[in-house]
Amino acid sequence: MLENAWVIPALPVLSFFIILFFGKRLPKGGAWVGVAAVALAFGLSVVAVGQWISRPATLEVATHHGSEGEGQTVEGDDPAHGAAEGEHDAVREPVRREVTWFSNGPIDIKVGTHIDGLAVAMLFVVTTIAFAVHVFSTNYMADDVRITHYFAALSLFTAGMLVMVTASTTLLLLFGWEAMGLCSFMLIGHWWEKHENSSAALKAFFTTRTGDIGLLVGISILFFAAGQTFDIATLNEAALTGAISKGVLTVGAIALFCGVIGKSAQFPLHTWLPDAMAGPTPVSALIHAATMVVAGVYLVARVYGVFWEGFNIAAGGVNLGAVIGGVTVLIAALLAFVQTDIKRVLAYSTVSQLGYMVMALCVGAWTAGVFHLFTHAMFKGLLFLGSGSVSHAVHTFDMREMGGLRKFMPTTYKTFLVGSIALAGLPPLAGFWSKDEILTGASAGGFPIMFWMGVVGAGMTAAYMTRCVWLTFFGEYRGHGHPHESPAAITVPLIALAFLAAVAGFLNAPGVGLFGDWTNNAVTLAAGVEHHAFSPFIAVTSTLVAIAGIGLAALWYVRNAGPHGITERNAAARAGYTFLLNRYYLDHLYTDGIVGSIKGPIARAAYWINQNVIDGIVNGVGIAARKAGNFTYDILDQGMVDGAINGSAAAAGAGGGFLRTTQTGRVQQYAAVLFAATAIFAVVLIVVTI
Amino acid sequence: MNGFESWALTLAVFLPLLGAALILLIPKESETAVKTVAFLTAGITSLVGLWILTAFDFKSSGRLQLDVNVPWIDVINSRYHIALDGISLPLLLLSMVITLLCVIYSWDHFPEPHNPKAFLALLLVLATGMNGTFVAQDLILFFVFFELVLLPMYFMIGVWGGPNRQYAAIKFFLFTLFGSALMILGFLALYFLGDNTFDIPELIANGSTIARGTQILIFGGLFMGFAIKVPMFPFHTWLPDAHTEAPTVGSVVLAAVMLKLGTYGFVRIALPILPEGAAAWAPWIGGLAVIGIIYGALGCLAQRDLKRLIAFSSVAHMGFVMLGIATLTDYGINAAVFGMVSHGLITGMLFFLAGSIQERFGTREIARLGGLLVQAPRLGWILGFCAMASLGLPGLAGFWGEFPAILSAYNPAGGLPVGLFRGFMVVASIGTVLAAGYLLWMYQRTAFGTPKEEFEAKHIHDVHGPEWVAWAPLLVGIVAFGVFPGLLFNITDGAVQGIAKSLDGSAETADARSGATPVREEKLPLAEEAAH
Repeated sequence: MLENAWVIPALPVLSFFIILFFGKRLPKGGAWVGVAAVALAFGLSVVAVGQWISRPATLEVATHHGSEGEGQTVEGDDPAHGAAEGEHDAVREPVRREVTWFSNGPIDIKVGTHIDGLAVAMLFVVTTIAFAVHVFSTNYMADDVRITHYFAALSLFTAGMLVMVTASTTLLLLFGWEAMGLCSFMLIGHWWEKHENSSAALKAFFTTRTGDIGLLVGISILFFAAGQTFDIATLNEAALTGAISKGVLTVGAIALFCGVIGKSAQFPLHTWLPDAMAGPTPVSALIHAATMVVAGVYLVARVYGVFWEGFNIAAGGVNLGAVIGGVTVLIAALLAFVQTDIKRVLAYSTVSQLGYMVMALCVGAWTAGVFHLFTHAMFKGLLFLGSGSVSHAVHTFDMREMGGLRKFMPTTYKTFLVGSIALAGLPPLAGFWSKDEILTGASAGGFPIMFWMGVVGAGMTAAYMTRCVWLTFFGEYRGHGHPHESPAAITVPLIALAFLAAVAGFLNAPGVGLFGDWTNNAVTLAAGVEHHAFSPFIAVTSTLVAIAGIGLAALWYVRNAGPHGITERNAAARAGYTFLLNRYYLDHLYTDGIVGSIKGPIARAAYWINQNVIDGIVNGVGIAARKAGNFTYDILDQGMVDGAINGSAAAAGAGGGFLRTTQTGRVQQYAAVLFAATAIFAVVLIVVTI
Repeated sequence: MNGFESWALTLAVFLPLLGAALILLIPKESETAVKTVAFLTAGITSLVGLWILTAFDFKSSGRLQLDVNVPWIDVINSRYHIALDGISLPLLLLSMVITLLCVIYSWDHFPEPHNPKAFLALLLVLATGMNGTFVAQDLILFFVFFELVLLPMYFMIGVWGGPNRQYAAIKFFLFTLFGSALMILGFLALYFLGDNTFDIPELIANGSTIARGTQILIFGGLFMGFAIKVPMFPFHTWLPDAHTEAPTVGSVVLAAVMLKLGTYGFVRIALPILPEGAAAWAPWIGGLAVIGIIYGALGCLAQRDLKRLIAFSSVAHMGFVMLGIATLTDYGINAAVFGMVSHGLITGMLFFLAGSIQERFGTREIARLGGLLVQAPRLGWILGFCAMASLGLPGLAGFWGEFPAILSAYNPAGGLPVGLFRGFMVVASIGTVLAAGYLLWMYQRTAFGTPKEEFEAKHIHDVHGPEWVAWAPLLVGIVAFGVFPGLLFNITDGAVQGIAKSLDGSAETADARSGATPVREEKLPLAEEAAH
């Protein structure tokens, strides 16, 4: 399976085309084709995981400890230098398969698959969530007018992510990346009759594409820096062996990171993600848990050599990625408190958690970042599908119209609670282990600021999830309908994901460490990324902080304790609250400030210049030529050289008879003048050249 | 060489003219006969194209093949020399296919004042001009074909066009003619300085003998001729008017093929014959190209008319093509040729769509449209597909004209100002976001939402037979070239390498050679490592 991993993305591509062309004629709009394809892809991914785990670690890599000097990495078969004093570690060798896509002179541009622990883990995550989402959708979207389009796009979405995680080159990675951009556009705007939905779709596309400016530039820079190749393994190696200068790496890393900021919804380009809630809920689960937004995180993890050197992660302190990640953790968590829409709470939570992942990778905690991606996919997929189940029952996402739902939909409640606890980071559920690893990594890696950002974020996460669960499932029901538990197609995926959210964390628990072992690779080893031991102190701290967050939230929302109404009494508090409600005014800045001015005044000014200045010159020349023509005709031609001009005019305007009848008339005279001008130019040219 | 091989290209060029002559013999009233002759002519021409495709030796696509070289106008030493290589071939085929599809598309709906006889005859004359330009290997022959396209298009716009057609037609005609005048001067200069020959391959071989200053001057003349045709900012203002007023088929031919005559001229004539002139002009061309990218996009954002918007988008897209050319590298020129073909497919398709929308709604005003997906879902989805292709989505053809051009600007040919071109790269990348902006806003306003009140009750026909037949090849092409770029790159690359070689080092003066080393050289060892 590892050699033929291309089959896994090919399956949903195939189902996309089948649904697209034949879906309307199939039962349920072709939904089952999509489900079958993803089920098969899931099965094959599980096989791939098994094969990867049982693959012997044969690739010897000289590890590099310590942070000073240039990293010396030597592969097992080249003991020329550095091998003697360096320690060796064996990892599983990636399975590669490539074909030539096209050639440019001597350079072959290749496409192929690069399967290693990271890719296999991602295959598992993506197909698991996609499978759950597909099954869930068969019921949730059953009555939708465009179920065929929906499942076609869902298939392509899954395919895009699978292409991306298996890609061996940055160019192919870009293909998957942009395919997801397209699918998110189609799915967020699925109900395009309403203007706000299509606007959300456009916003998602534009915002991520703005980041993609950096991605295009970065890929170009690194293509030449690595010696005219898009190959990621070569790129990582070149970055770590010092074959690419530090300056180029820094620029390249920053450029790529712009793409990450857009796609993974990092501050300040996170604004599209909450709006993306306009799409159907299972799509949100897919976007947030397994595809699209984690693409940026995956990119950092994949071309880690570039980021490691470019951001100088080994040095500790601060770097662009860690700061952006840390800031994102906090600003998004804050916004989650003021949302009334359950999906928006989860959306901001996703932004915040993505901040954790980016921060983890950029403080050198590679395994922790990837592991958090893994666990987060399980519990966030669960929470989104859970919110879908809730809305299925109460026909709204507004938590003010919910309450007390635990009585009406016990399965949804229990699974949602599991997801919330996992997200809040309470032991022993999944989120605890991965978050703890991130905090440990930040602390031990020499990033104290990021450590404290992470700790504060942990408390906030626990608090806003407490609020969310309380408003939705506890108290009295405040809506008007008759809530009911959802059918099996919805609850079974919930239960399955709840199970994973509960136990996934043990994969990398202290003493187990399987996930770290499976994803261990030559790049992080060569870079000298250290995996830090479990720290009981940090674990206890973060747990206490989370419990404190829950406690405070419970006091505020359940007991109604604390300074309620302070926003009415205190101007500063009110200003802060308004600031949050307006999402830091970033949307205003982008929509009205930047986009509005480009669309409006700037575009209009450019067009005005076009019509009045440039075209004015053109028309002016035309008019002047006509006047000169009249002059020539009336004075020179009629007076002097009648025959000569007539001759050239006839030659110029083969359609002269027709032209004469047109409103402007006298085209021969234009032509005559043109040829006269040409003749003068000719003389000048001849004089100059001789 | 057997008989047909020596006749294939001549047939490809002159069959349409023969068809046009036949049509003139048919009485105006027998429209079906006229259409049949036009269809057969375009069809047989395409079959000849297919045969050329099988006869073409792809292994040596850099070599001029199927060449015919016989005396023509002895007194000026001009010869009937036609041949094609890997750059000409895709463009020739594009021209043939577009002509055929245009005949099919216009089958049932000729624009006012109807008259299929004249319309189709002009279209076929146009085809001869376009096909001929792509295979001519003699400057005078090239010039004749290059100019031949003007008149049919002039009449197409002037007779079958919109309300302001006469202004647009004359502007188009004179603007291009003005450029041509300077171009022919350049050709004459080349004749006298290049050993009294108009033969392009010979001139390329002799080219380096022309002094640098003279090259720059001659290049200026050629630049005016080609840049107006492309059109490059600031010589583009004829284009929106011509497109807005032209009938649908006229717009399609104009966008899909005629604009490429200009870019093709750069690649075929200006660059290889005048490498040092090209090097001197390259930063300016690159600069105008990226201005065109941004400026065209801004122009699009200000448009209220669907067709005018697509016309301005051509300015932006051709900016990417010209940026690729301006880098004077193999990557850039490959990207440029790919960009020519993909722009032909995609923008040709967009103009077809604009025409069909106008036919159904009687308007192209974006603000009056809306909810196309409700009334004609297939038409709406095709429009969305083409918008995505046009904004350069990977996996569709547009990407391969855009991204490699951006890529190549990072590392222009040796001697060109690297920092400047890297700046161009960033600006061009910003252009991709603006492209997404104008295309998707257009799409949101026309296709999403619900139909406007005035069209609510109107029955809107979804895509019909002739439209499917005319569009399917383009849509398939957009996907096929997008997924398998090798289909095109592997054809063009051989020929492009030849041009790149003739340009190699042309920009490097003595001191530059000793100074800044090009990036690619110092990194090459690594690439070799990567190879095994």
